[in-house]
Amino acid sequence: MPQGLTTVAYLVAGILFILSLSGLSAQESARRGNAFGIIGMLLAVAITTASHVGNYVALLLAVAVAAGGTVGALLALRVEMTSMPELVAVLHSFVGLAAVLVGFGTYLMPGHLTGVERTIHDLEIYIGVFVGAITFTGSVIAFGKLRGSLRSKPLLLPGRHALNVVAVLICVGLGARFLDANVDDGVLLLGIQAAIAGLIGVHLVMAIGGADMPVVVSMLNSYSGWAASAAGFMLSNDLLIITGALVGSSGAILSLIMCRAMNRSFFSVILGGFGADEGAQPARAAEAQQGEVVATTVDETSALLRDAKQVVIVPGYGMAVAHAQYPVFEIAEWLRKRDKLVRFAIHPVAGRLPGHMNVLLAEAKVPYDIVLEMEEINEDFPSTDVVLVIGANDIVNPGALDDTSSPIYGMPVLEVWHAKNTIVLKRSMASGYAGVENPLFFRENTRMLFGDAKKNVDAILARLRSESAAEAAE
Amino acid sequence: MAMKIGIPREVRPGERRVAATPDTVTRLAKLGFDVSVESGAGLGASFSDSAYESVGAKILPDAATLWASMDLVLKVQPPEAPEVELLREGGSLVCFVWPAKNQELIQRLAQRKATVIAMDQVPRISRAQKMDALSSMANIAGYRAVIEAASFYGRFFTGQMTAAGKVPPAKVLVIGAGVAGLAAIGAARGLGAIVRAFDTRPEVREQVQSMGAEFLEVELTEEGSGAGGYAKIMSPEFIAAEMALFLRQAKDVDIILTTALIPGKPAPVLITEEMVAAMRPGSVIVDLAAENGGNCAVTRPGEVVVHNGVTVVGYVDLPSRLAPLASQLYGSNLTHLLSDMGGAQNYRVDLEDAVVRGAIVLKQGELLWPPPNIPAPSPPKPAATKGPSALAHKPKAKPAQGSAGLIALGVAGALLLALGSVAPAAFIAHLTVFVLACFVGWQVIWNVSPALHTPLMSVTNAISGIIVVGGMLQLNEDFSSPVTWLGMLSVLLACINISGGFLVTQRMLRMFRR
Repeated sequence: MPQGLTTVAYLVAGILFILSLSGLSAQESARRGNAFGIIGMLLAVAITTASHVGNYVALLLAVAVAAGGTVGALLALRVEMTSMPELVAVLHSFVGLAAVLVGFGTYLMPGHLTGVERTIHDLEIYIGVFVGAITFTGSVIAFGKLRGSLRSKPLLLPGRHALNVVAVLICVGLGARFLDANVDDGVLLLGIQAAIAGLIGVHLVMAIGGADMPVVVSMLNSYSGWAASAAGFMLSNDLLIITGALVGSSGAILSLIMCRAMNRSFFSVILGGFGADEGAQPARAAEAQQGEVVATTVDETSALLRDAKQVVIVPGYGMAVAHAQYPVFEIAEWLRKRDKLVRFAIHPVAGRLPGHMNVLLAEAKVPYDIVLEMEEINEDFPSTDVVLVIGANDIVNPGALDDTSSPIYGMPVLEVWHAKNTIVLKRSMASGYAGVENPLFFRENTRMLFGDAKKNVDAILARLRSESAAEAAE
Repeated sequence: MAMKIGIPREVRPGERRVAATPDTVTRLAKLGFDVSVESGAGLGASFSDSAYESVGAKILPDAATLWASMDLVLKVQPPEAPEVELLREGGSLVCFVWPAKNQELIQRLAQRKATVIAMDQVPRISRAQKMDALSSMANIAGYRAVIEAASFYGRFFTGQMTAAGKVPPAKVLVIGAGVAGLAAIGAARGLGAIVRAFDTRPEVREQVQSMGAEFLEVELTEEGSGAGGYAKIMSPEFIAAEMALFLRQAKDVDIILTTALIPGKPAPVLITEEMVAAMRPGSVIVDLAAENGGNCAVTRPGEVVVHNGVTVVGYVDLPSRLAPLASQLYGSNLTHLLSDMGGAQNYRVDLEDAVVRGAIVLKQGELLWPPPNIPAPSPPKPAATKGPSALAHKPKAKPAQGSAGLIALGVAGALLLALGSVAPAAFIAHLTVFVLACFVGWQVIWNVSPALHTPLMSVTNAISGIIVVGGMLQLNEDFSSPVTWLGMLSVLLACINISGGFLVTQRMLRMFRR
């Protein structure tokens, strides 16, 4: 197959990927965007097969593609929407690992380069493996944290920044030797480097607290792109470079957008250690904020809802955990049928993945035009009769606005306390992911409905329905 | 010694409001202020001198005494020339100022070393809502506009079936669903009219509907809100469609209320002479933007004109026509402001405070207006009626680029040059592609809606499975070479990614529905 044709096909695939990403930026074009992505990928694979893969290997290749594709499809179709963050994290780790493998493979390929070209080529491999390894182990740790098999609290080793710097310096030192080494030594050095980079990845993500997980996931997404791009450099393949760069920069921007939403500096999130001194400070905040926590009941809550004109529902990670989105939607529908204004308020970092809550609500068939963002709804809280906070904590913490000692001070939050009544559904008085005490619970117009979110929401729904049934019977 | 506050009588002709009512005087006294009121100040708003006296205010006989002896003067309207002369050197003043169009006044106040806080410049952030006098006044104006319309309109607002025949309900069109517009919708609905409302910002649709009005839309899919909830310039096509809509509506409705104001600019003309002519005789237009030139082409500010049988009301003093209520709300806004500034004991003009910084015009004669952009948690809304600002636009906030960014760019450029001088051409070609692709990615993603972050991430994840190509390039016929097997393994891993990523995205997107 002529080289020109391959290049053009790669160009088309690259454009399809760009269209795919831009399509994904609006609801109307999102599905088309996904389709573009799929077409681009099929084109890329087909053209690479036709131009580079011999007939015998093609058979084996088909087996690998089929096996990988099946596993991926099974994962995608079986996964619960609530565990979407884990899936995304684990998929990132595959890209990272693949990039490491490609790096080793390229190094072992019989080479014919010399001089500066050889140096640059080796450097590309070295960097590609480095990024790939960090992506791989970082994603595995993120997966563990999101699943809950690892503790979500940040692990803070003494002098952790110094540790990272030292590790990177060692890698640089090894790199200098690697450039001069023969192939056997080179593989060994590359392996050592990959191991150290892997440790850096583990350490970086371990140090980042649970509340920052959405940023971490999208950052790893970005890394996986850079890894693919590095592979493109070592293989002199423009499609890999373009696509990797697209993914890399888009992931970086997503992280940046989220950091802005939390009013935090990008680097402080990336370098971890959020809430490092949370042991001392929340205690102080808690003393100052001590007041009375008033518990309420399902009956009272449903009565408030029945009499309300404007209701805002604030979902948080707790709703996802309890799978309460379906009954929550039913409550919303019940209220909407009675001409009440019901809206959902989504904080930019609610959940464990950017846009996590939107996906869950969409799964429960909540129409997306009643799902509002923080800035759209904050000024409406004063006219709202009832706010239902379902399994959210830090994102409705008034301390973020007025308590300078709070670790989340400065983060914009949903100002639910301006509403006439706020009902917080919560398992217990435990603090949120950020480990910060929440003065909202002590406010006069706040009522706490303790217990499993799903059970409580179900009970509220049943109560509302039984009343409407009674009315109908009369 | 307690800080002394003076409330003068408003001197502008027709102004009936007063900056404090007996109720707000009580609250000011609780904050520790010593309040004096000029004799007759509250008469226009039905508050007698004795009512003020009974809550502990001192009554001063004339304006000169009051202005000369007070630390702080609270007013409604901007001071007139003689009042500026009365203000004592270095004195303080809080009132509506409209600094953009009263430059001369500000210069004269500056010469007297005055400290002036403009109630019309209080930033629209959540914390400052209780001091937002513009909203208080807009609310009153919206209500009063409906009452004025009703008094000039020769029929009922509500529909009735009477023994003498059927009376159709009045149809009211409200243009601009800001505070005034929403208040007007509420009042008109309360009288029983059929109400329609128009606004270029689709996000106010629910607010409009919650007030019981029908939300009109033009048949064009352009949104008046750009990224981040800002309004943007509407295209000529949109404005044409908007005008066509107004003309159609003009033929159908009995009453039009317009509320479109743009800060510091003449109001946009939305109702042309042609549209006025198209309305039925006996119809009424109330132009709430009359003071700024009017949204209607035939409006005469301050007057009522009849044009082809259509009454066009251009009153510029609608809040003043509900003087007792307007005074009470305005007085409360002032009280909240003074309370936030520390009350009488700790009163201080703190420029670190976002509200004070936004509203202050002069500090001891030093011009501090307009304020620099304040880093607020939410973008401050412009301090004007949120009207259907067909012409209004607020520039999208650009990411701040400080000198640090420039230095970084410089360093990156230098590095690239250094690289370019040694690296082989092929590498530079790849680098070019890489850098360009980074920028494309950067540009493409900025506008993504937050609701789609998860699908976007999973699709980029699928796309990063392109590493499969890297694996495939390493496959060769030599099955004994580890390279082939490494390649095969990376193909396998990447394929998990590709199919998983795309399928899960599709699954998610299928769930989104309107």
